[in-house]
Amino acid sequence: MSRYITRLRMRRTYKWNGRPVGEDRKLKRQYYESMSISVEGKTEDATVSLGQYILIEGDDDDNPFVAQLLKLYTDDSGKKKTAVLQWFVRMCEVPQNKRKLLGRDPHPQEIFFYQDRSCDNEVDGETILGAVQIEYVPVQDPFPVGKSRDILFVKLLWDTKSFRALDPELMQPPQSPKSPPPSSRGPQTRALPTPDPSVMKRAMSGILTRGSMSTGKMSSSEAESLHSASKLSAAKALSAKRRSQAVSGPQVRKKLDLCSPSKNMSRDDVLGELLDERSEKTLTSKLNTSPTGRISISIRLTPLNLNKEECVSPLSSHSPDKPRMTAHDKDDAARARTPSRRKDSAALREPALAALAEEEHEDSPINTAATSRSKRKSAQLVSSRIKKQLNLLGNKIDLQSDGEDGDDDDCFIPSKIDLQSSSDEEEEAKIDSEDELIVKKHRGSGTSRSTEKTRVSARTPRKTPSKKTAPATPRTPRHATPSIPSRTAPARKPGNVLEEARARLHVSSVPESLPCREQEFQDIYNFVESKVIDGTGGCMYISGVPGTGKTATVHEVIRSLQQSAEQDEIPHFRFIEINGMKMTDPHQAYVQILQKLTDQKATPDHAAALLEKRFSAPAPKKETVVLLVDELDLLWTRKQNVMYNLFDWPTRRNARLVVLTIANTMDLPERIMINRVASRLGLTRMSFQPYTFKQLQQIITSRLNRVKAFEEDALQLVSRKVAALSGDARRCLDICRRATEICEHSGSQKNSSGLVGMSHVMEALDEMFSSSYISAIRCASVQEQLFLRAVIAEFRRLGLEEATFQQVFVQHQALCRVEGLQPANVSEGLTVCQRLGSCRLLLLEGSRLDLFLRIRLNVSQDDVLYALKAD
Amino acid sequence: MCVSVYVLCVCLCVFLHCVCVCVCVCVSVCVCVCVCVCVCVFRHLLELLRRTAVHGESNSVLIVGPRGSGKTMLLGCVLRELMSLKEAQKNVLLVELNGLLQTDDKIALKEITRQLHLENVVGDKVFGSFAENLAFLLEALKKGDKSSSRPVLFVLDEFDLFAHHKNQTLLYNLLDVSQSAQTPVAVLGLTCRLDVLELLEKRVKSRFSHRQIHLFSSLSFAQYLDVVRAQLSLPPDFPDPKFSDEWNHSVTKLCEDKTVEEILRRNFNGSKDFRSLHSLLFLAVSRVSVSHSTLREADLIEAWRLISVDSKANVLHGLSILELCLIIAMKHLNDTYDGEPFNFQMVHNEFKKFIQRKSHSIHKFEKPVVMKAFEHLLQLELVRPVDSGVCKVQREYQLMRLMLEHGQVMEALQKYPQCPTDVKQWALSAFG
Repeated sequence: MSRYITRLRMRRTYKWNGRPVGEDRKLKRQYYESMSISVEGKTEDATVSLGQYILIEGDDDDNPFVAQLLKLYTDDSGKKKTAVLQWFVRMCEVPQNKRKLLGRDPHPQEIFFYQDRSCDNEVDGETILGAVQIEYVPVQDPFPVGKSRDILFVKLLWDTKSFRALDPELMQPPQSPKSPPPSSRGPQTRALPTPDPSVMKRAMSGILTRGSMSTGKMSSSEAESLHSASKLSAAKALSAKRRSQAVSGPQVRKKLDLCSPSKNMSRDDVLGELLDERSEKTLTSKLNTSPTGRISISIRLTPLNLNKEECVSPLSSHSPDKPRMTAHDKDDAARARTPSRRKDSAALREPALAALAEEEHEDSPINTAATSRSKRKSAQLVSSRIKKQLNLLGNKIDLQSDGEDGDDDDCFIPSKIDLQSSSDEEEEAKIDSEDELIVKKHRGSGTSRSTEKTRVSARTPRKTPSKKTAPATPRTPRHATPSIPSRTAPARKPGNVLEEARARLHVSSVPESLPCREQEFQDIYNFVESKVIDGTGGCMYISGVPGTGKTATVHEVIRSLQQSAEQDEIPHFRFIEINGMKMTDPHQAYVQILQKLTDQKATPDHAAALLEKRFSAPAPKKETVVLLVDELDLLWTRKQNVMYNLFDWPTRRNARLVVLTIANTMDLPERIMINRVASRLGLTRMSFQPYTFKQLQQIITSRLNRVKAFEEDALQLVSRKVAALSGDARRCLDICRRATEICEHSGSQKNSSGLVGMSHVMEALDEMFSSSYISAIRCASVQEQLFLRAVIAEFRRLGLEEATFQQVFVQHQALCRVEGLQPANVSEGLTVCQRLGSCRLLLLEGSRLDLFLRIRLNVSQDDVLYALKAD
Repeated sequence: MCVSVYVLCVCLCVFLHCVCVCVCVCVSVCVCVCVCVCVCVFRHLLELLRRTAVHGESNSVLIVGPRGSGKTMLLGCVLRELMSLKEAQKNVLLVELNGLLQTDDKIALKEITRQLHLENVVGDKVFGSFAENLAFLLEALKKGDKSSSRPVLFVLDEFDLFAHHKNQTLLYNLLDVSQSAQTPVAVLGLTCRLDVLELLEKRVKSRFSHRQIHLFSSLSFAQYLDVVRAQLSLPPDFPDPKFSDEWNHSVTKLCEDKTVEEILRRNFNGSKDFRSLHSLLFLAVSRVSVSHSTLREADLIEAWRLISVDSKANVLHGLSILELCLIIAMKHLNDTYDGEPFNFQMVHNEFKKFIQRKSHSIHKFEKPVVMKAFEHLLQLELVRPVDSGVCKVQREYQLMRLMLEHGQVMEALQKYPQCPTDVKQWALSAFG
């Protein structure tokens, strides 16, 4: 129930609960304390009230925004409901590049307290989806395990730059002067540290009923699901109370808490409150003597303690499956008692502890802690065994029992108990009456048992599915991590100047700066920066022939923008890159964008819908997204949906999307885009001109960066040659790299200067630019050469550039006779012809045509004649 | 009994020899080609791959050469040499693709993933859709870096066929990886097309390093003869030295023979491809038997005859006289109308004229019989319809072409057993 389905089809209606509690005349606002949300199709209304944690509709259906409700008000007209919030962020909302700052893997249910002044904290009240449970976990503590998946944990604070420890004070609902105290129990709460017994009683009766229910149903999750959100305000009151209580005895409580990372916490917390500092010593000493089954609890406690004990105990009478009070039961009781052992030193006896230690290995971490404190040998032995079994858990316990007594003791407030206790308030009436009757019968033994059970039962569902899936997981590598195996020995570093130069000249090496694109860099930088600062969206189209530094420049821009974002000069933004060539289908673009934005996987259609929603929905704390679409022309579809969407999203009011598109052709928008797409692309265009020879020279020089490997003339030759042909920087670098190789080769033979000179560059240029056709013809066999000659002869005869094999073959035979060779037969002739065709010296058409195969030359006739004559 | 066992032994022995010889020929081909390929090309390629393996430098190279010029052989030798280097041995991943097998990017991607043993491979099965596979592979390659991840050598045989894949996605991505700071890769393309670069899209071409190694055999006939001799000779460590000596002597003698030289020269003129030489020599060697255990001149001549025979002439030898007559009639029609297509009626008329004029040896065939013979020729594809008619034309009037050269017909007639003289004369005469 607490998983709020946020699909649009569910209609919600929002209503104020009760009367306005305050009014601001100046602003003409009326403040309310709670609001009820009724969902179509559900009978029960959910209520959210101040201080409660709520879910806000966001662009991600599965992960709605989380916030704490601070104020609710309506304006004059009473139509518009506004909520003032304290935001929380999920890990997926934290910018990708900042996530590593966390330094660990985030817990799946972890959220962070969001602190950002610039963020708008007022939202439309009608975006509230409902309440959610949030638990505060102190920084050192592990995340509680086995709890319901609906509970979120908050541990740290995220202030857009770093994760910091969260001050627990921040988690308390603020006491706004305008709004009344969060619950009607407020005044009582504040009356602490002399707490109101009745409240506590109620709180504990919550545990009690919960316990009884879970023993009955063996499912804590069910018990939890009984919570209704409407009870949360009471929970707040209780938690606040407890917080202030906690101050009194932090250390001891802590010691108990830390042994119970899971469900147990609630009980420990309660029990922990019973302890005070001085009890620590007595505890350890008295631990040796464990209680017998019948535990008498002395009433020389504070009123609070009394209450606690009273409400703890009645459970045993409630729990239906308690027919036996055997030794086992005693152990349970002993376990339950351990925290409160100090009360009756005389009653505690040894054997029970031993039995306890032996019997309960797994599910009583509290034991471990207790026994580890005891000096007894047997107990230590057992505890070490337990530790072995619970290696992880044990480790934690060790760690913390060694170095606890931390500063954060006082901030340990598991909200769990609040929720539990609150959930049962309605039942209190019934129970109240029973309470007093039952209290004295069987003290204490039941409570812990039932909590124990609930904990076990809470754990089992977690374990069993994993066992079931365990054999299946290795078969389907769903979570395979993409990686290439690493090499045994590290790669060798460049040894000499030429190798160094070669490494620097490799296209992949990232240069310190991008020379010769300053103007383009500045233009793109200004464009993106202004959009990021304004929080608006826009499109830009960048064109240029391959190898002119389009993608490199954009990356450079993003890099420097990110740097200035680091330094807080501009707001943070997210950078996402897709490449039309790196997807199998244009519609995969949606999938990739979505995955990079939110780590979600979806089908293209669904992804498109989600993105559409994300970019059109108003969301106050959205970062600007800068999207780079490389090789745009490949995203072309017949209906151009993909392009349309890409260019349409930035125009939405709330999208905050900047789209940079890159393609090779300058007139792409005019050529392939239909009007509505081209119009949305807008006129912000930029074209990268091919590099001139000076620029190419500068690029090489800057890359080499004082590594002296080239002669000046050689560099100039390369850059001039490349500039004349294509202006492709990649080509230029490749030629230079090849030249260093040639130099290295020849250098070993006759050592000249060791520098790459003209001759080497010439050789490299020859290799890369010279056509291979002529040498291929020269190296062809005699018959092949004759056939080529025959082709030319036939072309001349026909005056056409095409002939059939039959015609050429006649010429071929005649030429053979002239050359004094035995004429080839048709089969041989065809073989020769096909071989020339496979090298593409000839262009052939369908070998099925046999004699009527049409032949064309793929080389100019002059080239053929030149190649043949030189023989 | 004893004798028969002895004979059997000898048979077996000789048979084994033959097998050995054949194997030797095969092996020596490898060696020879490698020797013939320019040593500098070998060194260039080895150096290139070594840098990828040792320094983690990404490269791309194309090896271009006509069929049978030893591209794959060269690469095999280089890779063998590379793997024998200690520092490269365990550090290199090899992915071999063939354009004839991996006919589209989907299959190619699966194959790459399988050969790399990425984590989405279980056994021999690759999981995930095409898009997922691509994303996974790219992610994997992107994660690696120059110094720490193993270099991957991609060998793309029949490189030109990869260029025909949709959008050239695979080539773009492989070459893009080779030009960016990701996992070091070497993309080695083997192709026989000289114009392969023109097949690449602009952006793909720009990412290719434009390193091409051309393999053309500039072999002279003397070298060719040496190769033949080396290929046929048995190695010195052959287990039976007496036989080996005898064999090698016969091979030397054979190579000096004029007829053999003529045959080899014709083969050399036809192509410098070692595969064609290989098939010729293989046929010759397989004629060696118990009765004559050395390679003789006659074996080679017979092998050449088998290899060089014209395929269609063989078919003509199996035709009936009537069918042959029809072929001759078609030849005459071709001569008269200068290669224009004809139909059955025209052929039939031509044939009837011949019968009426000077037929002594040939019966008068009924038209359906002639039609049947004509259809047989059609089935043998000696005659082919001009185009599979759009409009239904009666079979007699469908336009046909003769798929035979003038010379082929004449040659077949010469060799045809017991061909009637008047038919021969009719074929030779200028007019029908």
